[in-house]
Amino acid sequence: MDARDIAIINYLQGGFPVTDRPYAEAAITLGITERELIERLENLLEKGVLSRFGPMYHAERLGGGLTLAALHVPDEGFDRVAEQVNGFPEVAHNYQREHHLNMWFVLATETPARIDEVLAEIERKTGCRVYNVPKIEEFFVGLRFEL
Amino acid sequence: MNTVIDATDRRIIAATQEGLPLTPRPYAMIAAQLGLDAGDVMDRMQRMLDSGAIRRIGAVPNHYALGFKGNGMSVWDVPDDTIKEAGQTIGALDFVSHCYHRPRHLPTWPYNLFAMVHGRDRAEVDEKVHHIAAILGANNRGHEVLFSTRILKKTGLRIAG
Repeated sequence: MDARDIAIINYLQGGFPVTDRPYAEAAITLGITERELIERLENLLEKGVLSRFGPMYHAERLGGGLTLAALHVPDEGFDRVAEQVNGFPEVAHNYQREHHLNMWFVLATETPARIDEVLAEIERKTGCRVYNVPKIEEFFVGLRFEL
Repeated sequence: MNTVIDATDRRIIAATQEGLPLTPRPYAMIAAQLGLDAGDVMDRMQRMLDSGAIRRIGAVPNHYALGFKGNGMSVWDVPDDTIKEAGQTIGALDFVSHCYHRPRHLPTWPYNLFAMVHGRDRAEVDEKVHHIAAILGANNRGHEVLFSTRILKKTGLRIAG
């Protein structure tokens, strides 16, 4: 990763244009060519520096359900439970964390009603109690990485 | 706060949730895939941006790959009658990427304010968490930082078209 890649990541964390030639437009601001921008994005995605490039949808505003939930998973069964939880297509993110509650996942469902159903299925399948912590209020969501 | 989206919007969402095509005319390419007009696709995406159905369009960095290895979920037990003010203050800090009021599960889980703190290492996260504790003062009745040790899964939302 060089200075140009860093400039691309800093500049393109939001605000990508919705126009006919958006890469060309963004490239002008970055002082590179459209082709170089596309190639660098391909490379950053391939290397895993970026996990995605594109629109970030707001599940609840699309009528879907969204929640954060946690499990306490005994160490010896951890990988098996991770596989079971990850097997649900509704599980968007899953992180191992250092705590008694050591598995934290984000669930995104087509409808709000599906949240409780999927959590019940996860509980049944893993044998672990689910601690559901849906948001009551959002104070801030955003990324302000400055590399 | 749902936004009205129709079946065509949903097809556009399904076609773009994994990412935008890396080609000079990405919206025209999506339009061609879906049998739509490029202008219509752009209008619809712009409308979804304006309504908040799309939070933003851009790069989603992998924190770990970028050297932000100290991803700490700080969780706080704040009195319910002060949580709104506390959340707004903490959410405005530039090192906090997500800040939410969430329910407690007593006695296992006494925390009701979540603030995701990013740093290059744990020491940097700890320093920022001290800063939050100082701001909350007496409103901090207890807190912990849950460091992530492994990403087990990370995909975007999956919405059927």
